[in-house]
Amino acid sequence: MDIGKLSLIELAKAISEQKLTSYEVTKYYIERCQEKSDLNALLEIFDDSLDRASEMDEKIKGGFKGKLAGVPVIIKDNILYKGKKASCSSRFLENYVAQYNSTVVQKMLDEGAIIIARANMDEFAMGSSTENSAYGVTKNALDPSRVPGGSSGGSACAVAAGLAPVALGTDTGGSIRQPCSYNGVVGIKPTYGRVSRYGVVAFASSIEQVGPITKNVKDNAYMLSVLAGGSIHDETSLKVEVPDYLSYIKGDIKGLKVGVLKEIEEAVKGLEVEKSYKEAVKFLKDNGAEIVEVSIPDFKLTLPCYYIIAPAEATSNLGRFDGVKYSRRSAEAKDVDEIYVKSRSEGFGKEVKRRIMLGNFVLSSGYFDAYYNKAKKLQQKLIAESKKAFENCDVLVLPTTAGEAFKIGAKGGDPVEMYKEDLFTIMANILGTPALSLPFGKGESGLPLGLQIVADRLNEGLIYNVADFIENNGGDYARV
Amino acid sequence: MQEYDIVIGLEVHSELKTNSKVFCSCKNQFGQAPNTNCCPVCVGLPGALPVLNKKAVELVIKAGLTMGCQINDLAVFERKNYFYPDLAKAYQISQLVRPICLGGQIELEDKVVRLNRIHLEEDAGKLVHCSAAIGTLIDYNRGGVPLMELVTEPDISSADEAVEFLTRLRQRLIYAGVAECKMEQGGLRCDVNVSVKKKGSKELGQRTEMKNLNSFKSVYRAINYEANRQIEILENGGTVVQETRKWDDNHSRSVSMRKKETSSDYRYFPDPDMLAVEIPREDVERIRKTLPLMPDQLRKRYVEEYGLSDYESEILTREKALSDYFNEVLSFYNNPKEVTNWILTEILNKVKDLSEEIAISPSDLAKLLKLVEDKKVTRTNAKEMLARIMENGEKLEALEKEYAGSVDGDALRALVETIVKNNPNAVEDYRTSDTPEKVFRWFTGQVMKETRGKANATKAEEFIRELLK
Repeated sequence: MDIGKLSLIELAKAISEQKLTSYEVTKYYIERCQEKSDLNALLEIFDDSLDRASEMDEKIKGGFKGKLAGVPVIIKDNILYKGKKASCSSRFLENYVAQYNSTVVQKMLDEGAIIIARANMDEFAMGSSTENSAYGVTKNALDPSRVPGGSSGGSACAVAAGLAPVALGTDTGGSIRQPCSYNGVVGIKPTYGRVSRYGVVAFASSIEQVGPITKNVKDNAYMLSVLAGGSIHDETSLKVEVPDYLSYIKGDIKGLKVGVLKEIEEAVKGLEVEKSYKEAVKFLKDNGAEIVEVSIPDFKLTLPCYYIIAPAEATSNLGRFDGVKYSRRSAEAKDVDEIYVKSRSEGFGKEVKRRIMLGNFVLSSGYFDAYYNKAKKLQQKLIAESKKAFENCDVLVLPTTAGEAFKIGAKGGDPVEMYKEDLFTIMANILGTPALSLPFGKGESGLPLGLQIVADRLNEGLIYNVADFIENNGGDYARV
Repeated sequence: MQEYDIVIGLEVHSELKTNSKVFCSCKNQFGQAPNTNCCPVCVGLPGALPVLNKKAVELVIKAGLTMGCQINDLAVFERKNYFYPDLAKAYQISQLVRPICLGGQIELEDKVVRLNRIHLEEDAGKLVHCSAAIGTLIDYNRGGVPLMELVTEPDISSADEAVEFLTRLRQRLIYAGVAECKMEQGGLRCDVNVSVKKKGSKELGQRTEMKNLNSFKSVYRAINYEANRQIEILENGGTVVQETRKWDDNHSRSVSMRKKETSSDYRYFPDPDMLAVEIPREDVERIRKTLPLMPDQLRKRYVEEYGLSDYESEILTREKALSDYFNEVLSFYNNPKEVTNWILTEILNKVKDLSEEIAISPSDLAKLLKLVEDKKVTRTNAKEMLARIMENGEKLEALEKEYAGSVDGDALRALVETIVKNNPNAVEDYRTSDTPEKVFRWFTGQVMKETRGKANATKAEEFIRELLK
């Protein structure tokens, strides 16, 4: 059996039926990780992985059953795995060792997963290219001169390069979907609260979610069934039963109402993605879907709304990195104030500092109402607009990014240019709705572009059905 | 001083009496080895999230109901952001825009003090300053302990009133089972805002704030010191500056901590990790039904139903532990007057403070008083027995054997006969006196003296009457 060609579901099945051992599968992927170290997708390969795979093989022989029994998984570097480092690709947390398991890690371990590595990212998940990592940029899996996107660039690259059958990312403004688009893989940002955030280092708590990155849609649905579910450790997690997402995949989209946003039609004009986006709409129509024009009039304001809410929460969330309790403390510091100022000045990168300042500005007295409060009101307005849109359609389709992956360094100088990377993805975070990106079409250099399917809250099943249909029937469009 | 009014507002923090902390399942317990009672949540490790302890919300509602507050139907937790080493997350979860309780009041002897609000927040850890070689250490055990913060309107006009207010507040919190208010453990801490103005003037003066006063005595002294300091400044033509001052109890003075210009902007915003808390009316009414009698209600009952004096009922209700004790003794021995006398005269002179546990159980005290009533022991002996129980920890049963009725029956009759025979003059007195009872008591006294109080008093009286006839 060619391990690298097996999907996640096939691999899990083969191991549980003892046609493959976890040991040989894990060994294959670890060697693959080592071979592909030039990509700089990973920060660390966990050296006890093979031991744990052997233990898992014994357990499987003893009758252990689990959805991920013996399957290697890679996690983003902001997800806590007890006893392992979790640096968020920051100098600040260079040697920070997780003291407990995040809910998502615990769920995967309970299902028998072997977590083999932690993946590179933009520092504290702030960025769209992994260029903000303190440990060097990750290269695009399909073209090493280009960025893999971000912030989950390491995770998306790892799956695209075949370093693991699945990786976890986190998505605050597009951080799963945009890198998936750039690397030609599938990723979902679930409904806000669908997956527990406990044990995930927070950036913008009210809008971010953990989600799976896989090579195909069915694997993604399979994986989300493992990750989803409420947690007693997370008030914001939804205590709603987790469906078997695979059961929503019917291989048919006839009669499905697909919403096309008026505002997107405008926004894509002249963009690299315009052509393939239109082809996608046509493809859905040709295959029996009903195309409905809908509107979220304030769509354009999702970006500024995000760049107020996210930095505000980030500045508070990152306050705990103060040099007092753990990790970096400046050797130069002579008193408490210097511990704060010097440790943070040395430990944080430029983009993180920029967002901390932005966040402090919008929260400070005198500006709070003009910025933060206004952004929260706008968020409520956008949610109301989306409710109306979803009254007339089942899913929305929109591009994931404006174009294909850009060259490393191409947007280094201009933060606002970089922020625009999230133009199409941020909406789902502001609305709290699920959104998936899958490959559809090619850009000017023949690199993949992404298509997003967005549904109303908790309708991940609907999304998976459409995405799977496109993946299996889209022909060349869906081929990376 | 007479030419100035003092205007005082208080912010009082009380640790709530919950089993676990406010956002995690660590115990809410004082006095453990440093940093042994914490978890990822209360030390603010990356990725940790708060989960609200509903019991803490319930206790704040309870507190509010005892003071006539309005209970908000939706309460929101916010982050108060600032850097300090004892604040693990660099923000404190507190409440600003929508606290649990609004308004309310506490009545003092001569005035009503209005409350602005009561809200719920988390306590911070504690800095422990060690030798220069070690430096400052941090104990996070207290981090995440639930605190209620009560803010008054500036209705208090003297240090005496401030102390009276705090006394009444403390009583209410303890009676309602909301907080234990153990001052020496930091269970009740007070920030004081003081300003002065020309007598009768409508315009408020510039205020200063003193933080973390943890005894009524320091509140009292700090207010007087600060008012005098401000008056002196004004008298000398100066202006009071808005600032936070630190009260130094050892030197009886306050020193400036920080001026307004350098004070923090806390950048409050709703905590995105927490859901807003809905407080349905039914819940408020359910909690209202669980409220025990407050001290003023108990006092009224003691005076009206038990016939106690204002003074007696005031002392009995000053501490919940004492009124509970009193009520329990009554459940065994229903003679409020008698029980009150014993508690006020014999018991309270053997305790250091009123909240201390009384070293004789309510049921034993009841038994002892019953022995007196049944004349099985004399009043004098009962006092001796009580002292031996409370001071030496002796058992009532053993003492009862030692004291009660050990001279009885024929032996007692023989003794009474001897006494009567040896005192013919007294016998004559008894028969001719206008006040024979006085003589009768002299005889019982003689019996008790001879038996060192161990005679069966009822029997002794019976024999004396018979032989004196």
